[in-house]
Amino acid sequence: MVTNSREGKATLTSGPALEVTKLQELVYELKIEQVMTQKVITVSPEDSMRQLKEVLRLNRISGTPVLRDGELIGIISIEDVIKALERGDIDANVGQKMTTEVQTVFADESVIQAVNKFARFGFGRLPVVNRQGKLAGILTQGDIARGLLRQLEIDYHEEEIHRYRASHIFEDIVSDQTGLILRYKVRAQDFVRCGEAASKLKRALERLGAKPATVRRIAVASYEAETNLVIHTIKGGELIAEVQPEKIRIVAVDSGPGIANVEKALQPGYSTAPEWIRELGFGAGMGLNNIKACADEMHLESKVGVGTRLEIVINL
Amino acid sequence: MTLAEVLSVIEGKKISCDKDFSQEVSMACGADLMSDVLAFTHAGTLLMTGLTNPQVVRTAEMAGIVAIVFVRGKLPPPETIALAKEKGIPLLASKYTMYETCGRLYQAGLPSCGLFHLTADTWPDNLPSSCNQQA
Repeated sequence: MVTNSREGKATLTSGPALEVTKLQELVYELKIEQVMTQKVITVSPEDSMRQLKEVLRLNRISGTPVLRDGELIGIISIEDVIKALERGDIDANVGQKMTTEVQTVFADESVIQAVNKFARFGFGRLPVVNRQGKLAGILTQGDIARGLLRQLEIDYHEEEIHRYRASHIFEDIVSDQTGLILRYKVRAQDFVRCGEAASKLKRALERLGAKPATVRRIAVASYEAETNLVIHTIKGGELIAEVQPEKIRIVAVDSGPGIANVEKALQPGYSTAPEWIRELGFGAGMGLNNIKACADEMHLESKVGVGTRLEIVINL
Repeated sequence: MTLAEVLSVIEGKKISCDKDFSQEVSMACGADLMSDVLAFTHAGTLLMTGLTNPQVVRTAEMAGIVAIVFVRGKLPPPETIALAKEKGIPLLASKYTMYETCGRLYQAGLPSCGLFHLTADTWPDNLPSSCNQQA
């Protein structure tokens, strides 16, 4: 246990949670075949570099796969054309100048695999093959950007529909400030039931039509807060969620023992949890940090012998 | 990768057989620390863990985990299975260690759920250990 007798009281407000997360999720969710260009312009190894130059110029592309009898045997780019021009080698065959060790990606792989390959090798394009090894398309970083934007637009429309449903209940009930209050009692040391409150809150927000990504942040934050009540309090506590049209405020309150040193408690990895809690996969001192990462605002106040009040605000 | 494909790659067994194994997972994570799962996973993740208590299912529910694989041939207690059934989360078992289970899936092309560039950005330049200094 913490023995520092200093009265703990601290308030902190974190910035908005990382907005990049949605895009990162998309990079994993989207498959390469969803963003690649299917119609591939190809050349044969017997074509001359001069012919290749015209193919690149007319199609406004900077490189192309080389096929022999439908088999991918190499890749050639505008850089190779420039080198051939410098050396007066422009009538050489593509087959002599192409790169034969071709890095490819699979059509059914997630876009992240291609992002990683582009980052690692610095290529301008990657041929896409199916699991039988046949050329299925071609992928540039521009294709990825366009695919992500297209998907973001689709998600945005779905979000609009969600938002409409969420706001409906608040539109029907008119007051100067409408709020829906959900209270959940949390029992101390009852680890088997830990998470029931967060689970019910999650379900309620889904029914209200909140956005899935926001519901996830609220669920994670309230689950961590509930876990703290179960692990650390003497008599348990309460998880109170106030849902407003624009935001949700979650308050976790208990009647002790209180946190002796709030600043220390907020440090990643700092924990006073007993061994049996650690064996269950919790109590590693990451809970408050997780909550902070999920929340738009977080306030923590505590007094030894009185109790703790954690307030989280998440914008809907 | 579908759950059915996951099963074949890890040569695993279904614990809950009424679930839909055509569901897709797009990334995976191996962890015994549930706070890490809550902090670092995305919706659509497959979780590999050596823990079998019901809190694993709770964590999966909150974090949007698609399915859970219990490694090292461990089987979860009935209360974990019951909760997973209630929440509609498929449970799988692997006889391999955490390392090999993850390794097999990674090799089969299932990527990690780590925040790919944030992890790299926060990697410290000067690790405290002297063994990282170049000779």
